[in-house]
Amino acid sequence: MNKKIGIPRALFYYQYYPLWKVFFEELGAEVILSDNTTKKIMDDGVKLTVDQACLPVKLFHGHILNIKDKVDYLFIPRFTSVSKNEYICPKFGGLPDMVRNTIKDIPKIIDTEINLRKSDKKVLEAVLEIGKIFTQDVRRIKNAYKKALENYYEFRNKVKEGTLPCDILEKKFNVIRKNSKHRLNIALIGHVYNIYDKYSSMNVIGKLKNDDIDIITIDMIDDEIINKNVKHLKKQMFWNYGRKAIGAVSHLIERGDIDGIICLMAFGCGIDSFVCDLIERKIRKDSKIPFIVLNIDEHSGEAGMNTRLEAFIDMIRWRNKNEDNVSAYG
Amino acid sequence: MKITFPHMGNTYIVAKSLLDDLGIDYQIPPFNNKKALEIGTKYAPEMACLPLKMNLGNYIEAYKKGADTVLIVGGCGPCRFGYYCEMSREILQDNGYDMDVLTLELPNGNIKEFLRRIKKLTGGLNIYKILKVIKNTIMVSKKVDDLEKLTFKFRPIEIKKGSVDKIYTNFQNKVLKTKGSKEILKLIERTKNQILRLEIDKKLNPLKIGIVGEIYTTIDYFTSFNIEKILGNMGIEVDRAITVSDWIIEHIVKNILPIKKDEDYKMAAKPYLGAMIGGHAQETIGNTAIYANKNYDGVIQIYPLTCMPEIVAESILPSIERDLDIPILTLIIDELTGEAGYMTRVEAFIDLLEKRRERVEGGKELVLYGS
Repeated sequence: MNKKIGIPRALFYYQYYPLWKVFFEELGAEVILSDNTTKKIMDDGVKLTVDQACLPVKLFHGHILNIKDKVDYLFIPRFTSVSKNEYICPKFGGLPDMVRNTIKDIPKIIDTEINLRKSDKKVLEAVLEIGKIFTQDVRRIKNAYKKALENYYEFRNKVKEGTLPCDILEKKFNVIRKNSKHRLNIALIGHVYNIYDKYSSMNVIGKLKNDDIDIITIDMIDDEIINKNVKHLKKQMFWNYGRKAIGAVSHLIERGDIDGIICLMAFGCGIDSFVCDLIERKIRKDSKIPFIVLNIDEHSGEAGMNTRLEAFIDMIRWRNKNEDNVSAYG
Repeated sequence: MKITFPHMGNTYIVAKSLLDDLGIDYQIPPFNNKKALEIGTKYAPEMACLPLKMNLGNYIEAYKKGADTVLIVGGCGPCRFGYYCEMSREILQDNGYDMDVLTLELPNGNIKEFLRRIKKLTGGLNIYKILKVIKNTIMVSKKVDDLEKLTFKFRPIEIKKGSVDKIYTNFQNKVLKTKGSKEILKLIERTKNQILRLEIDKKLNPLKIGIVGEIYTTIDYFTSFNIEKILGNMGIEVDRAITVSDWIIEHIVKNILPIKKDEDYKMAAKPYLGAMIGGHAQETIGNTAIYANKNYDGVIQIYPLTCMPEIVAESILPSIERDLDIPILTLIIDELTGEAGYMTRVEAFIDLLEKRRERVEGGKELVLYGS
């Protein structure tokens, strides 16, 4: 019987799922995804974890609970770093330990460390270590990884062309509706697992789309452009997300066709607390682009979110209509 | 150029000794206080961790006294501390405080840049003198920590309550007026002898509590509400694994020189947390296990709100609590923490530990009254 690998639909699912899925399937395993985030998953996660943890980590635990009884293995790699000289959030590095120590009766966890801080070549070691669980045939593992990479690059390219990862992953495609309203370009800055999770982000993406807005996210911007645009930093950002976010925003400011920037952050996110602040300072200093920070946590009320979003969009539309920017007073 | 640096417990003594020996002009900010925290909270991002807020308060208070350059150490993640230098620079500039931020670090192993910064700091001192100064500074940091450890030991068993505190506070104030590592070392030695001469009750067997957690909130007595002093005066012996000298030796000296690092806590943490994840999470886990094996009565974890590595540690600690049978209390601190609520929790924890020990000493299972 095929081994069943459980992948929670949370955190890096939105970034690497196309890679993992093909890799495991090529090795003859069956990939089982947890359900889309629901209220139950969120509540479970909140109950399980320490109250200090951020929303995405809580959700992750909820997703684990959702699939743990259906699978032989849980895939929770220890992500220390995904790029040279950079880290990701410390919570990712401790994730397998957190899960192991908070959830009881848990299947085997594949917790191979993925640490590319020193060298990119480490990835092959990690791949072989994971692959050896299924087969001893090194060539087969390498081939599976090659196919997985191809699929992943295809996914990345689609994203760079402007399709949202959540649409690709859920196989939804945009139907462009005719509308008299002027289409706006809004940049949505945030961690992949915050902005693409429909439930926890309270469907920000859907709401913007329905309002005739084209969304631009960090993933759609090429790495080269990002690297070119972080050179103004005196000290290199050591978080992968931080570098991308700041580079992307600098690029968007220069581009000139962006009508507004939304920063979606999870309450208690350590990285966002610094990155969002730096972004805000940069935008306010170098441009006149409207900017808003939206905070999500497990208590967020959708009405509050709607109000803020609508006000923000209305303001931009008014601004575009009255091109001479007449003061609102009198 | 007038240098200032952030406060963190007794670090000012170490920094003072270093700057004195190098002959650099500096301004020590007023000790951590409510006002500084308020200033910091006003300027820092809302969700930033407490140490950044406290540091900003220090810089601005020192700026008002004439300092124009901030000297701090850096790092390269994944903990937020590594980016403090840049955040501070931006925030100070945006709010009209014209201060330069000088970071002592090895930016991606670039030794040239490190030496350039040292040179900027010291002017034209020769390398041998600098090395000698560094050696003396490390000495001072070690002695200061030893002295602190001594107060932890003596507070619970002193006969005349409050005598250690009196001597120690006196020392902390006097050290501000002392110049140079030589004089500071002498003062430490004198203080040490004063404490050693105190009358103590050798028969007492005080409760023992280990303190673990994020470095700033555990070392800095203002942010931890003087927890070591309070526990000590309640008759409890405290130990804290993380110290300033440890940090300097483990994180700075041993990174430059090829000396083997202290691996005890890593071994102890291994079954629970398999890798270094930044900050002091691994230390927290490892030291808790070590304390449990040394038969401590309890462990207190302290960390600032939203501290990423410690959140991971906190979720793992219950397993240690269960496996090694040691009570653990987690205290989270931010700018809104009230002392009364904090103390209530600590006192309740102490009561529990006392009852627990009675039960062990009595050799029987006690029944709760009325049940």
